Amino acid sequence: MDDPRITEVAGSGVPIYGDDVDTDRILPARFLKETTFENMADYLFYDARRDEDGFNDHPLNRFPDAEIAVVNENFGCGSSREHAPQAMLRWGIDGVVGESFAEIFADNCKSLGVPTATADAETVEDLQAWIEANPDGEIPIDVEAETVTYGGETVAVDIDDATREALVDGIWDTTALMRANVNRVAETAASLPYVD
Amino acid sequence: MSGGTLYDQVWERHRVTTLPNGQDQLCVGLHLVHEVTSPQAFSMLDERDLEVAFPDRTFATTDHIVPTTTDGRDRPLADDQAEEMLSALEENVDESGITFFGLDSDRQGITHVVAPELGLTQPGMTVACGDSHTATHGAFGAIGVGVGTSQIRDIFATGCIAAEKQQVRRIQVEGSLGDGVYAKDVILQIIRQLGVDGGVGHVYEYGGPAIRELDMEGRLAICNMSIEGGARAGYVNPDETTYEYLRGREYVPEGEEFEELKAYWESIKSDEDAEYDDVVTVDVDDLDPLVTWGINPGQVVELSDPVPAPGSFETETEQDAACRALDHMNLEPGDSMLGYDVDVAFLGTCTNGRVSDFRQAAAVLAGHTVADDVRALAVPGSETVRRTCEQEGIDEVFGEAGFEWRRAGCSMCLAMNDDSLVGDEVCASSSNRNFVGRQGSKEGRTVLMSPATVAAAAIEGEVADCRRFLDDSPAHTAAEDVSEVAD
Repeated sequence: MDDPRITEVAGSGVPIYGDDVDTDRILPARFLKETTFENMADYLFYDARRDEDGFNDHPLNRFPDAEIAVVNENFGCGSSREHAPQAMLRWGIDGVVGESFAEIFADNCKSLGVPTATADAETVEDLQAWIEANPDGEIPIDVEAETVTYGGETVAVDIDDATREALVDGIWDTTALMRANVNRVAETAASLPYVD
Repeated sequence: MSGGTLYDQVWERHRVTTLPNGQDQLCVGLHLVHEVTSPQAFSMLDERDLEVAFPDRTFATTDHIVPTTTDGRDRPLADDQAEEMLSALEENVDESGITFFGLDSDRQGITHVVAPELGLTQPGMTVACGDSHTATHGAFGAIGVGVGTSQIRDIFATGCIAAEKQQVRRIQVEGSLGDGVYAKDVILQIIRQLGVDGGVGHVYEYGGPAIRELDMEGRLAICNMSIEGGARAGYVNPDETTYEYLRGREYVPEGEEFEELKAYWESIKSDEDAEYDDVVTVDVDDLDPLVTWGINPGQVVELSDPVPAPGSFETETEQDAACRALDHMNLEPGDSMLGYDVDVAFLGTCTNGRVSDFRQAAAVLAGHTVADDVRALAVPGSETVRRTCEQEGIDEVFGEAGFEWRRAGCSMCLAMNDDSLVGDEVCASSSNRNFVGRQGSKEGRTVLMSPATVAAAAIEGEVADCRRFLDDSPAHTAAEDVSEVAD
């Protein structure tokens, strides 16, 4: 990636309904048996999107071109598998708006440069309803200003400080950030009584 | 001046610096690695031409995809994908100089079972692993966090994670547990009380008389399921129970060195006047055994209570969730979980796959047999657990009762190997998640419970009260009389 700064993501939306949508539902465990993330998009909500007759009316089937997911409470709870946000990103999701996120899931999104924005239940439900009525409607998430715009209306959302600064300043690659302090790491490690 | 909570103190000891994005850079004292979430991280390292910075602080095992039958463990593994994952890990640890408890090691097992029993996890440490149940290690007064693959790359490359400090909620567990009620029941009660997202933004500090009375394996079970309550980490302040558990373990030094380390462990504890962001009291005095009735680990009832009606929940979304759960579980409000038909009994996992778990279940099973139509699996959390149980003759109790006695691994907790639910089977499970599809079948149904309750369910072929089978329980004699009549 040439410019790591992410100040805005935008696209049409997909409402993924329900509280406590867990990572086993987002990406069933049997698909974790691959040593790369390459094919993960194929497995996104694999079981939830299918019934006996094939694809059902799951939102991902109804909004196949979406780039912004709009979710409810505690989205991504359960396991730490980065496969879940990797699958969403590779499927086409560039940003997520929700009532709240499970922490490891949100951390994983940050590692991938995918902003997670939170808003109250009413805002989220309005936005979900708007997407149903406007499947092609553009939804820009302004990461710096912490706003989401849809249908000519701009609403405030929260993006946590570390995520916002990391994305806006293009410093979400924490490996590079932390490698800069390699000498101090050695000092801290040496001060720990349990490290030889 | 107050040193604050254990969490504050461990954080300060391990903090390297504050990063430009506002996060703290923390040293990881123990990094645990397994086959499923690490291969991509090793690839990312290769792409950047980096090496593992602290191989001595990194330990690997294989757990998620391993077959649990002895024959199934012959190489190459029958499942090509599993073989590829295991081979990739073997190559990666070999190149990086990481100690590996592989399939041929007598210490192989689930990361969160192996590290505690070998004495790798110690008080005052930071522990990270690409697995959400890393909270388990908090039982020692360590801070254990589950991380994603990009963060595994961070740890490989720098020995550190970037993290934001969270709030600390003290969970004061009052009372003492009755017979047939265990640590698993306590954590299910905590999650029921605080909700599956109640812990978001928090670390849980478990304390109070009921926690003090628990042995280390009970504390491990409680901390393990912190993540099911939404808390990324949970811990118990260390005490003599902790130190005596550690004494003599393989990776714990002996003699003077032990005493020096113990002095460090003793120095890292929550101060008496530590301030918490929140304090919650949970009373377990009259607690009955608990089981889940739904599809998240907060949908829990005491066995003596009926399954709740959706209308009894406050919010519309909770009510919707309850409706979905009842539908999936084929239950009606007011039904009792006692008597709910069970097809599979599964005992094991990083929550309840330790020696005391098998002892507790064996106490219930002794002299009884598994119901005819129940498939029963006992899967030790590690090969060390398996051997210890076999030395105690516990494997024979399970075998005589009709359980399959297996080799160590994650097994049917998430069914990444051959151990899977089929169709809409109901599993009485000592695992930690009852999510739809979790145990390998999207119609499958999971009822979470303690190991002793799993054993009782296996015998009866339905959810049952384990206290009926315990020698010390007042209900025991009556239950025996009934079963004699029935025979």
